[in-house]
Amino acid sequence: MNNANRTHKKNRSILRTLLLASVLMFGFGFALVPLYDVFCRITGLNGKVTNTGPYTPAGSDTSRHIRVQMIAVNNESMPWEFKALTPMVSVYPGESKQAAYLAYNPTSQRMVAQAIPSISPSEAAQYLHKVNCFCFDQQPLNSLESREMPLLFVIDPELPDHISTITLSYTLFDITSTQATSTPSTSTQANTSTPVTDSSQPNNIGRNTL
Amino acid sequence: MMNTMTKVSHTEHHGPASGLGRWFFTTNHKDIGTLYLWFSFTMFLIGGCMALMIRAELFQPGLQLIQPEFFNQMTTMHGLIMVFGAVMPAFVGLANWMLPIMVGAPDMALPRMNNWSFWILPFAFAMMLSTFFMDGGAPNFGWTFYAPLSTTYAPPSVTYFIFAVHMMGISSIMGAINIIATILNMRAPGMTMMKLPLFVWTWLITAFLLIAVMPVLAGVVTMMLTDIHFGTSFFNAAGGGDPVLFQHVFWFFGHPEVYIMILPAFGIVSEIIPTFARKRLFGYSSMVYATSSIAFLSFIVWVHHMFTVGLPLMGELFFMYATMLIAVPTGVKVFNWVATMFRGSMTFETPMLFAIAFVVLFTIGGLSGLMLAIAPADFQYHDTYFVVAHFHYVLVPGAVFAIMAGVYYWLPKWTGHYYPETLGKVHFWCSFIGVNLTFFPMHFIGLAGMPRRVPDYALQFADFNMVASIGAFIFGFSQLIFLVVVIKTIRGGSPATAEVWDEPHGLEWTIPSPAPYHTFSTPPEVK
Repeated sequence: MNNANRTHKKNRSILRTLLLASVLMFGFGFALVPLYDVFCRITGLNGKVTNTGPYTPAGSDTSRHIRVQMIAVNNESMPWEFKALTPMVSVYPGESKQAAYLAYNPTSQRMVAQAIPSISPSEAAQYLHKVNCFCFDQQPLNSLESREMPLLFVIDPELPDHISTITLSYTLFDITSTQATSTPSTSTQANTSTPVTDSSQPNNIGRNTL
Repeated sequence: MMNTMTKVSHTEHHGPASGLGRWFFTTNHKDIGTLYLWFSFTMFLIGGCMALMIRAELFQPGLQLIQPEFFNQMTTMHGLIMVFGAVMPAFVGLANWMLPIMVGAPDMALPRMNNWSFWILPFAFAMMLSTFFMDGGAPNFGWTFYAPLSTTYAPPSVTYFIFAVHMMGISSIMGAINIIATILNMRAPGMTMMKLPLFVWTWLITAFLLIAVMPVLAGVVTMMLTDIHFGTSFFNAAGGGDPVLFQHVFWFFGHPEVYIMILPAFGIVSEIIPTFARKRLFGYSSMVYATSSIAFLSFIVWVHHMFTVGLPLMGELFFMYATMLIAVPTGVKVFNWVATMFRGSMTFETPMLFAIAFVVLFTIGGLSGLMLAIAPADFQYHDTYFVVAHFHYVLVPGAVFAIMAGVYYWLPKWTGHYYPETLGKVHFWCSFIGVNLTFFPMHFIGLAGMPRRVPDYALQFADFNMVASIGAFIFGFSQLIFLVVVIKTIRGGSPATAEVWDEPHGLEWTIPSPAPYHTFSTPPEVK
């Protein structure tokens, strides 16, 4: 009987340990979200630009010119007209460059959009600094309104030599419906951002990926 | 505590309860094993009907029988039901029946939880199947349910799918905990770890895989749930999420999952081949280490499912080589099986036929897997019928054949009767021919570029598709022979001896056939 009792106790303790392991693995599934984000930030994979805000380059490299191609894409069912003002600019590393995109809302309603950027080749992502970008903010446009949306960027002089062209792509998403359900000023963030964000730039959605 | 223990020991030798209540309230590992096996066979037939619907539509080019929307639901539900409803519960059923006997334990470690982990399943699958009758139909986004197909563009029934996955995840985790506790804590005195039968070893490792990855699956469907209903943006690019993240989290579960479906099969085959070759298994300890290495490697190769999403070169290379590394322990296993058969006094009863077919056909599936692991070539093979051929070769003549081999092998022990050998062999040959007719041509049409999960195809693929469809119907209907064999054996047949086969090894052959309702109430001596 004593033996049976001991077995019973040990079964319980194995049960407890393994249940705890399952709960931890459930947590690990969610931990993969920030881990994945951190991994992409460190390695610059996935074409995500994480260098945002004021930046002073460590010098400039006028010996070469980098072609920066600007691409505008509408996400499915996004009716806005959306295009780059200058489809291609040429800059030297270290030069601050101003560019702009043009958006026009042809519908009869007020709509809110969010632009999601992507860089190709992804290796270049960590050398691109966005001082300012319309993709930092949501873009509301009234019916038939159009707007020039600015972008200010610098390319790091450390950019490897073999990269001579960088493609900067923006996909415009219609997020009007997520705005309608919340009061714009307060709960935007809780509504649309991932749980893993730092709070250096309030009221921007998806800023951790810019 | 002492009181209940004493009470139990007084009533220890009662038989099963009578009536339906026996099945609802049973905590007997043999009853629960039987329930699991019948459940899994039912799901196998339901999932099989969906496969036949797919093959019927693909018999000829053009749309004949079903609409593309319904075709998508068929491919999705076929995959989900076969993976979670047929293959996994079948292995858990075999584990329930055999593990306690093989380690010399009176029952599973946590019998009441055992009852729970089975009875959750019928409800989970009832919920899953009920989606067919809902507005917008059943899930149609493929068994891998990639976001945003399964979030933004999913039919409303996706919520039921999510909860069904939660429930079957809970069931699997409870089953796995039970199996680990039984193996670690309930072994008869003298049954050391390195004396455990290989079926027990492979299941121990599988159970750890289950505990590691089923919660991650639960996590990923929970993220889908909050994305769909609570406004989060885990997988939604507009809100700062990333659809590729879905694929990473899913395949972090998904790749160990494929080993969950094959490791117990390795174990079954490692039991059967020595019996019918009349030799001890060649390289027992290398089998244990190979299984453990496969389990470890399964955690660091998941990205080979995503070679085409746009990875940096280093990523492609790492996951390509890590994947190829798996061929080494797998090769060790195949070598050991062949070496066990080498110069053995082999006979070819039905379990052995299925086991040999397993070794040959699983190796074919493994080699096409090696081809898919070559990252630059994978860009050509990705999402074609070559992939379909590959994973069906490892899952149907791999996992499913091993389950059938196990059922034939242990059926005399369960029922006390020998199964009709001729009918068993007819079942084997029909299945063998059917499986190869179905899946071998898919290699060719895949390499030629036919995409998977599409209800129509270009004319040049017509002949091979017709062959595959004919093979699928042969394979599908020959499973009814299996059903007949099992029912006939339960009802009668020549009485089986305790040993059943010719000097097999293992504790299960020391108890009478049919196995008494309670076995090893006093632990056996293990030499």
